[in-house]
Amino acid sequence: MKKWKALSPQTRSDFITYGIVIAAFIVLRLLSAFGMLSNSLTGLLVPLCAYIIMAVSLNLTVGVLGELSLGHAGFMSVGAFSGVIACAGMESFIPNPIIRLLIAVVIGGVLAGITGFLIGIPVLRLRGDYLAIVTLAFGEIIKNIINCLYIGIDGAGLHISLVSSAELGLNSGRVVINGPVGAVGVQKISTFTFSFVLVMITLIVVLNIMRSRTGRAIMAVRDNRIAAESVGISITKYKMIAFITSAVLAGAAGVLFAMNYTSLSSSKFDFNQSILILVFVVLGGLGNIRGSIIATVILYLLPEILRPIQDYRMLIYSIVLIIVMLTTNSEKAKLYIGKIKARLTKKNAKGGEQGE
Amino acid sequence: MTFLNYLINGISLGSVYAIIALGYTMVYGIAKMLNFAHGDVIMVGAYISFIITSKMGLPAIVSVLAAVVVCTLLGIFIERLAYKPLRNATSLAVLITAIGVSYFLQNSALLIWGSDPKSFNSIVDFDSIKLFDGQLVITAEAIVTVCACIIIMIALTIFTGHTKMGKAMRAVSEDKGAAQLMGINVNSTISMTFAIGSALAAIAGVLLCSAYPTLLPTTGSMPGIKAFTAAVFGGIGSIPGAMIGGILLGVIEVFASAYISDKLSNAIVFGVLIIVLLVKPTGLLGRKINEKV
Amino acid sequence: MSKYVPIPSNRMLLERDVGKEPVLETHHLGIDFGGLTAVDDFELTIGKTEIAGLIGPNGAGKTTVFNLLTKVYHPTRGTILLNGKETTGMDTAAINRAGIARTFQNIRLFGAQTVEDNVKIGLHMHMKTNIWSDIFRLPSYWREEKKAQETALELLSIFDMQDLAKHQAGSLPYGAQRRLEIVRALATKPCLLLLDEPAAGMNPSETAELMDIIRKIRDDFHIAVLLIEHDMNLVMGICEGIVVLNYGKIIAKGTPEEIQSNPVVIEAYLGKKEEA
Repeated sequence: MKKWKALSPQTRSDFITYGIVIAAFIVLRLLSAFGMLSNSLTGLLVPLCAYIIMAVSLNLTVGVLGELSLGHAGFMSVGAFSGVIACAGMESFIPNPIIRLLIAVVIGGVLAGITGFLIGIPVLRLRGDYLAIVTLAFGEIIKNIINCLYIGIDGAGLHISLVSSAELGLNSGRVVINGPVGAVGVQKISTFTFSFVLVMITLIVVLNIMRSRTGRAIMAVRDNRIAAESVGISITKYKMIAFITSAVLAGAAGVLFAMNYTSLSSSKFDFNQSILILVFVVLGGLGNIRGSIIATVILYLLPEILRPIQDYRMLIYSIVLIIVMLTTNSEKAKLYIGKIKARLTKKNAKGGEQGE
Repeated sequence: MTFLNYLINGISLGSVYAIIALGYTMVYGIAKMLNFAHGDVIMVGAYISFIITSKMGLPAIVSVLAAVVVCTLLGIFIERLAYKPLRNATSLAVLITAIGVSYFLQNSALLIWGSDPKSFNSIVDFDSIKLFDGQLVITAEAIVTVCACIIIMIALTIFTGHTKMGKAMRAVSEDKGAAQLMGINVNSTISMTFAIGSALAAIAGVLLCSAYPTLLPTTGSMPGIKAFTAAVFGGIGSIPGAMIGGILLGVIEVFASAYISDKLSNAIVFGVLIIVLLVKPTGLLGRKINEKV
Repeated sequence: MSKYVPIPSNRMLLERDVGKEPVLETHHLGIDFGGLTAVDDFELTIGKTEIAGLIGPNGAGKTTVFNLLTKVYHPTRGTILLNGKETTGMDTAAINRAGIARTFQNIRLFGAQTVEDNVKIGLHMHMKTNIWSDIFRLPSYWREEKKAQETALELLSIFDMQDLAKHQAGSLPYGAQRRLEIVRALATKPCLLLLDEPAAGMNPSETAELMDIIRKIRDDFHIAVLLIEHDMNLVMGICEGIVVLNYGKIIAKGTPEEIQSNPVVIEAYLGKKEEA
């Protein structure tokens, strides 16, 4: 306990975050072992983990680096489809699905990272809303291109076409990506345990970056670009580091997500998906990693909880979103909350004074 | 001749984008916010017009007026309720709220009008003009759209340049605090901007659905994003910029789908946007802003 | 302007620095903003361990000179030599790595971070870790973090601020924020420190203390200091050489005594005297 108190508040906060995630995993494992988890909830666990990784990685760009990205789902998409192709290619010679998934996650992450680098070169020169619109544009471009992609695999290797699946010239083999239909015949190999491990890795990577020289430099760029430059920090380099790391993690989340469905269309990763994740990040708090996780869990499960009122659930979701934003950000609401807080502390203070 | 046909289609589509982009750009200029719900106001406008012409059988002009009135009120209402309390909040908070409003409008429309696509009857009832033995066809919708766009553009330029309210708008967009000190009512000026933007959105919705007659609760979102792109393309905050950006975007989109690939047209449109922003980081007619050290 | 008396540029070199290489030399430095000349023909030489002052009325272009030296603005013409090397093509970050550190007139701290982290950000270029050792917490991460921690506290002790290390920088009082900016600049191990109005908002006793500290910094770190300041007691008290700027042009250079008695300077500050 003494040791715990000697730690810096940041380190303590990080350990609490890890602790919450590990505890949640153990509880869920136990619940499912005793058969207390409904089927529909069990089915949500892997995508939930993927969304947590998405939110945490987007927080690195939006919260820690301070640049608004509206195309995060694009990186998820790159990861998802390259992961699907990689897995299909490995089926014949790597029988163990977990190893296959692991390799696919690495490949998906690396390809998303490369995409992030290529996009970062032009994007990171821009500022503010212009950067936001260009990330949006890139997200749409990625979606559009994958929409036109036909990829098949047979004994001779990969076949790629931009026209139709008939053009692939497959001898035996099968079509993996079928244009607008998206990925087909995907093996569902993502597991909850694997997802949990990936969430933990994401947390360790992002939190360790934030609490180090690299993270301080990234936050310095966010807080005051000119001051950061004046102490020798290269703006481009650290923007790039944050952006690429964020893309790699999103790619990995994409693989995890894709390997949980038998088929997957690229329109799943559109602008609305990017926005959904951005909402998780903003409601969880910019730069607040634990907040991202909690917001993702609540907001992802909210529509599921509202399922009995099927027709109204998205309407309620939107109203909740607006109300939460208004109460947490409007000056009047802040004033009101402040008054209530003041009243409460006054009462406490009075209670303390009585002893005198 | 096919080239000219495509060009006319492009200008027609671009004029719709331009009208939406004008609304986007005015709101951005004055409230410094990306109003993602703008696209959904278009959808509401189109539904109102649809109900009045198809269900109630009233004449087209009535439906357009009704759409404009409803959307104007809706715009003012949204601004008062959702954006005004956040006047001094971070731009990201306002953005997320706007997204919430967008979801709200889409899902309300879904509940009220259902998810089945409605087929919109064109509000224009005169014939297309056929030139060169029918090789060159100019649709009636295209003529109306382009004319509407030009009229709106001229009216807005006169309004912002020469009227008291327009000058107040420009003052508020330069410096809210200073404008207030000069006796300008900032709140009513911003409301006015939303009113104008939403009225334009209603007109755009009717014109868009006259040319592309499938009406869904999500009809507004893609044109909304494209128009936003157009506004950025031309230099966000600039009225002629929005006009030029919108028309260029429409032309590029039609040409890209005609000559390169139908399926890749969106990718090409966004690709061009990125190239423009790299060459001119604040858009075609945007102003460069330097940070004071 | 007819009374303009050109003074040879090497006049700024202190006796003890003559013969050594100057830390900074500028030649014909100038910048235009959209046709308007903000600074023109700026000639300055600063010795290795000199404390120099840059003064002038408001709007004379003093901060613009700092922005030119640190490449926040790119000069329209002229050259800047740092330790005898041309700085053409360098950006702000490269200038800092080459040895110029600065503070800002309108304070630019990383307000949401702690005081200690602000200094650690200043130490950025001198920490030998990279992203991999940061992510995987390799031994070099722990070693460098420990070293940075110690150095940061040591630097903060110059201003007796080590107890504030865990405070949020933005919550410090104004004077402490100014001092923290100086510490952060020193952390980058410069050979030339630019201070933009370091005594602004300080009372006379604080200013007197600041004068001692600036001298001490110069002596302990063996660096040159160039400062912009409106407080004439401070400028005349610690500067060994002074440059006076008006309307973007140098109107006088010399020792504090020479500047105080220079009629051109007096005119620039007080306006033209009525003939008695």
